[in-house]
Amino acid sequence: MHKKKKRLIIRTVILSVLVLTLIGVLYVNFSSEQPVVAEGDEAPNFKLKRLDVEGETIELKDLEGKGVMLNFWATYCEPCKEEMPYMNELYQEYKDKGIEIVAISVDSNEFVINNFYNKLGLSFPSVHDKKGTVMEAYDIVPLPTSFFVNPDGTIERVVKGALTLERLEGYLQEILPTN
Amino acid sequence: MSVKTVKCECGHINHEGTVLCEACGKPIKGNQHLDGNDDQKVLEMRYDGSARRSKTYKRTFIDKTWAFFSSVKVGVWLIIITLIFSALGTLYPQEPFKNSPLPASQFYETEYGLTGKIFYQLGFHNMYDSWWYIILVALIGISLVICSLDRYIPLRRALKNQKIKRHPTFVKRQRVVSSTDKLSDENYQMIKERLKKKRYKVKEEDGHLFAEKNRFSRWGPYVNHIGLIIILSAAILRMFHVMHVDDYVWVREGETRVIPGTNQEYYIKNENFSYDFFDAEEDEDIRFREALKNANGPIPKDFQTDAIIYKVKGETVIGQEPELEEVKRGQIRVNHPIQFDGYSLYQAGNQMESEYDRISFKVNGENNQELGEFTFETDEAPYQVELDNGMIVRVDDYYPQLEFTDKGPSSFSKFPRNPGIIFSVLNEGKEEGERFFYLGEEVIGLSEGNTFSMSVTDIEKRSASGLTVKKDYSLPFFLVGAIIFMIGVVQGLYWYHRRIWIHPTENEYLVGSHTNKNWFGMKKELDEIFEETGFAEFKDQSELK
Repeated sequence: MHKKKKRLIIRTVILSVLVLTLIGVLYVNFSSEQPVVAEGDEAPNFKLKRLDVEGETIELKDLEGKGVMLNFWATYCEPCKEEMPYMNELYQEYKDKGIEIVAISVDSNEFVINNFYNKLGLSFPSVHDKKGTVMEAYDIVPLPTSFFVNPDGTIERVVKGALTLERLEGYLQEILPTN
Repeated sequence: MSVKTVKCECGHINHEGTVLCEACGKPIKGNQHLDGNDDQKVLEMRYDGSARRSKTYKRTFIDKTWAFFSSVKVGVWLIIITLIFSALGTLYPQEPFKNSPLPASQFYETEYGLTGKIFYQLGFHNMYDSWWYIILVALIGISLVICSLDRYIPLRRALKNQKIKRHPTFVKRQRVVSSTDKLSDENYQMIKERLKKKRYKVKEEDGHLFAEKNRFSRWGPYVNHIGLIIILSAAILRMFHVMHVDDYVWVREGETRVIPGTNQEYYIKNENFSYDFFDAEEDEDIRFREALKNANGPIPKDFQTDAIIYKVKGETVIGQEPELEEVKRGQIRVNHPIQFDGYSLYQAGNQMESEYDRISFKVNGENNQELGEFTFETDEAPYQVELDNGMIVRVDDYYPQLEFTDKGPSSFSKFPRNPGIIFSVLNEGKEEGERFFYLGEEVIGLSEGNTFSMSVTDIEKRSASGLTVKKDYSLPFFLVGAIIFMIGVVQGLYWYHRRIWIHPTENEYLVGSHTNKNWFGMKKELDEIFEETGFAEFKDQSELK
């Protein structure tokens, strides 16, 4: 082989290895800034005790086939409390259409959750993530954050911050089961 | 088409762009400008006049890119630019360390004004993770690899191909030279002996003598660069979770928590958090008492978390209580982490007695007659408690961290740092009772004409321990890189590559010498070797210019 050709090949190989490494590093760096649980991913399964119904638990896996809205909230979060009535308003209607709404509180105290829940007369399932493990698995910042999960268990939409009634209804429409 | 070559009169075939023939050292016509040999007597001996590729072919895109990165000038500029940006990034805190609830978009402007705004808008608040900063560092890495290859390979070839017999011009145009018209065999042998004594490798051919030592010193910079490349690779490894974890967790006394960064595999229980202050009155070392008295507030002496580490057994659905197995129990003190499975937990922060753990109350009836006592646990707030005499105290509202807004009392966190509780003390069978508000460690009555009274009897607080979670398997790579780096530095700095040529011509003996550094030492060595052998005193031709 001609020396010059060989040199060109060697140079090309070395430069491509270096450039590919750079691209790899940029990719890893970029993906580490992305949320752990993103739109399109499968929603991590969890199982929590229901606070509103004695002795019952909710496991996400069991809700497959239904559209699920997961709402992470806390009593010390004002915007969370403001969107609760909207969820309640739409709950019965969409429950009949095959959608479940689960409010996951990250408070440390059952009392404060139930106190708020009862005062507002809410009706959707309320669960308590006392140890914060579900919150960690979903990498929640900030509160409130809502996940709209398709009937097949994939995440359709992640909404950070409070919802309005119209937006909430629009997002619930997106995860309606087809039947 | 084959590579262009240049044939020297000694018969050696050199690559295009060679300045000094690899074999005999004769300056090659037409290439002298490359090393600036045109206008000076002493030859430029860097890289031994070999053909650095960067200075020659620039035809294809790859060649041009290669040439760009092989330039030391480009490398130095990349380093300077990176240095300037790195320095600018330290002007204000980076976003993860801004220590403020304000979002970055407001924080920098409110805190530092216009310059802060510019800092934020230029993206300097997240500089070291930004794509352009990573590219800058990577360009330095690329430049390092290519510069090294482009110099090491030709230099190694030139030093390997060098012949004992050199061209007289090469010898004459060395920096430190001498000559004599007579050299007796006896003196010649003496020079040879002295050279050997000074650890030169001596080679002879047709009366020509070539002595060389410490050639390995020339590889120092390249060894050094290998070290740097390993360090850069270690920095890449650090980006992976398997290699490197850096997280933080607050654990309250008595609390069992999942350790972040461990994929929910490990839990920690804070059994007890203790702390110790220096005592200005009783500190054993009298010299420090004055300083302690002048200090603002107490000076901490020691922090310690008594911790138990648990590992999750089996599979647990997230949210369920996992089955925990104790793996380690011990104390965590400043600089004395607890270690398990590659993770280390370091004592890093404390919130001393920052939270209320339990508050005890006493209820008195008419005429201060005691009706009963109860304890309110802030983490397990009860809905109601029954007193000894059967009376009910109902908890109407509980605010872990009380504040008053225009909507009335509310809580702005889940942590019981300033609990506020509204109680109703119920008379038997009644819905409405007398209301009391506990706040600021006192109880005030909310109803008028209370027959009952309530008071705080005991308060128990708890501390939270802040721990950094670290796992770093990349450190050994940094260590190896740093050791190789240091070996390269030592190799290149503490040894000198020295060469001496004795070149007989028709009427005289020429001596030329070269060293890659420390010419003063070289001259001293030459004077010792050639002492009283008939050679004229060595002269430094660069001084004569």
